[in-house]
Amino acid sequence: MNGATLLINFAYIISAGFFIFGLKMLSSPATARRGNMFSSIGMLLAIVVTLFNAGLDYKWIALGVAVGTVIGLVAAYRVAMTSMPEMVALFNGFGGIASLLLAWSEYHQNPALSAFIAAVAFLSAFIGGITFSGSMIAFSKLAEIMPSKAIVFKGQHIVNGAILLAAVSSGLMFAMNPADGYALFLVIVVVSLLFGVTSVIPIGGADMPVVISLLNSYSGLAACAAGFVIHNNILIVAGALVGASGIILTKIMCKAMNRSLANVLFSGFGATTQAAGTGPQGEVKPASAEDVYYILEAADTVAFVPGYGLAVAQAQHAVQELGELLEKNGTEVLYAIHPVAGRMPGHMNVLLAEANVPYDQLVEMDDINPRMEGVDVCVVIGANDVVNPAALDDESSPIYGMPIIETHRAKTVIVLKRSMNPGFAGIQNALFFYPNTRMYFGDAKASIQALVSEFKSD
Amino acid sequence: MEAVFLTFVFVLSIFLGFELISKVPSTLHTPLMSGANAISGITLVGSLASLKSDNVTMAVVLATLAVTFATINVVGGYAVTDRMLEMFKKKDGGAK
Repeated sequence: MNGATLLINFAYIISAGFFIFGLKMLSSPATARRGNMFSSIGMLLAIVVTLFNAGLDYKWIALGVAVGTVIGLVAAYRVAMTSMPEMVALFNGFGGIASLLLAWSEYHQNPALSAFIAAVAFLSAFIGGITFSGSMIAFSKLAEIMPSKAIVFKGQHIVNGAILLAAVSSGLMFAMNPADGYALFLVIVVVSLLFGVTSVIPIGGADMPVVISLLNSYSGLAACAAGFVIHNNILIVAGALVGASGIILTKIMCKAMNRSLANVLFSGFGATTQAAGTGPQGEVKPASAEDVYYILEAADTVAFVPGYGLAVAQAQHAVQELGELLEKNGTEVLYAIHPVAGRMPGHMNVLLAEANVPYDQLVEMDDINPRMEGVDVCVVIGANDVVNPAALDDESSPIYGMPIIETHRAKTVIVLKRSMNPGFAGIQNALFFYPNTRMYFGDAKASIQALVSEFKSD
Repeated sequence: MEAVFLTFVFVLSIFLGFELISKVPSTLHTPLMSGANAISGITLVGSLASLKSDNVTMAVVLATLAVTFATINVVGGYAVTDRMLEMFKKKDGGAK
C-alpha cells in the first residue's frame, strides 16, 4: 500500500466517523439537521479524497457528477412534501442501480475474479438490481402511475420462487467460473431486475412503509457487496449502517401492523375486498360543520389523528390553522400518529412539520393511548384501519392484533371521511358505529376549512 | 485473509447501525430513511475509484452511469433530507 492509498483510507475512517455521528444526531429533532450536515460532510470528504487515486478518468467523472448533481438538486428542491415517499423510493432505486453498474463495470474490466469476489459481485448486481426495479415499482405505485392495489395472480409464489432459484443457481455457477461467465452475468442482471418487479407488485399501497424500508436496507447491502468487490472499507461501513437502518425500520413497521415480514411480502394483503354487507353494521351519526364546531369549542383536549387521506387531500395546512385557533381558545392540541400512517415511516410527521406544527405536539401511539380517557375529542382525518377497534376485539378481522390508536376511548370521536367506503384493508370500520362517534362527511381539506371559518366568524 | 477482515468490518458496522438507529424517534423516520438513503449513495466513491483512464470503453460507460446515478442519490438524498429537517421546529422556537 503506497502513501497516497494509505492517506485515502485514513480519510475514509474520518468519513465513517462523520456518518456515525450524523446518524447519532438524528436521535433528536433539535440536532437532526446538523446531523445530516455532518453526514454530508463525511460524504464530501470521501468523494474528494477518492479523486486523489492515481489514473482516474476525470472527464467522465466530471460528466457523471455534473449530470447527477443537477438532476439530484432539481428533484430534491422541486418535490412536494406530500410526494416524499415517491422521491425516496426513486433515489433509493438509483443507489441500487449504481451498485449493479459498479459491479458490472469491475467485472467487465477484470473478468478473472476469485470465487469470493465473484460471489460478492453477484450479490452486488443481484441486490442492486432488485433494489432498482423494486423501487421503480414502488415509485410507480406511490405516484399512482400504476394502480397501488396489490397485483396478485395464480401461482405467483411459484413464479417468484422459480425466479429466485434461477438467480441463485446462476450466481453459484458464475462464482465457480467467472472468467467465462459473461453471459451468465447478463442473465443475473436481467433476472434480478425481473425479480424486483415480481416481488413488489403483489404489495399494496398501505404496506408501502414496509417495502420502502426493506428496499432502503437492500440499497445499503448492495453498496456493501460492491465494497467487497473493490475492497473498499468505506462502502462496507456506510452500506452496513444503511442496511441496519432499513432492517430496523422494517421491523418497526411490521410490528406496528402486527404482521410478519413474510406476510407483508407474500400475502397480497388488500387485493381482495370483503363482500358488501359483511362486517360491522349499524347507524352512523352524521354531523355538520356547526355541530363539530360546538363540540371542538367546548373541548379541553383535542387530538388529531391523521392518516394517508390527509396527504391525499393536502389538508395539513388547514389542520394546523384549526389547531392554532383551538389553542387560542384554550384547548390543548395534540397530533397522535400511528407508526404506519401514510405511505412511509414518519410520513405524517413530515407533512405536519411542513405546515409548521411544532414537533413537541406530535405524539406517538404508545404515549397517547394510556391517556386517551382524558382526551375530549379525537378528530380522525383520513385514517381508517389504524383506528379500527376491530383490531382489538374482533378475532375474525384481518387486522386483528394490530396495535391501533384507541380513539374510541376518547369522549367524542369525529371522523372526517369522504363517504362510507371501507379503507385499504377493505374492512368496514367498527369505529364509525360507536355511540360516541360522529361522522363529518366531505373532502378533508374543505371540511377543516369550514371549521376554521366557523371559529373565525365567532 | 482480506475477505475475513472486510467481513469483520461489515459485521461490526451492522451492530453499530442497529444501536444508532434504534435511538431515532418515529417522528424522524422519514428524514432518517432519506438520510440513510443518501449514505447508501456511497457507491459513488467506489464508482469514482473504478473509473480508470486505461479501462475499456464498455467499463467506462458502465462506471460513468454508476457515477451519475450514485450522484443523484447522494446529492438529491442529502438535499431533500435537509429540506425536511429544516421544517421540524419546536414550539415558538423557529423564526417565523
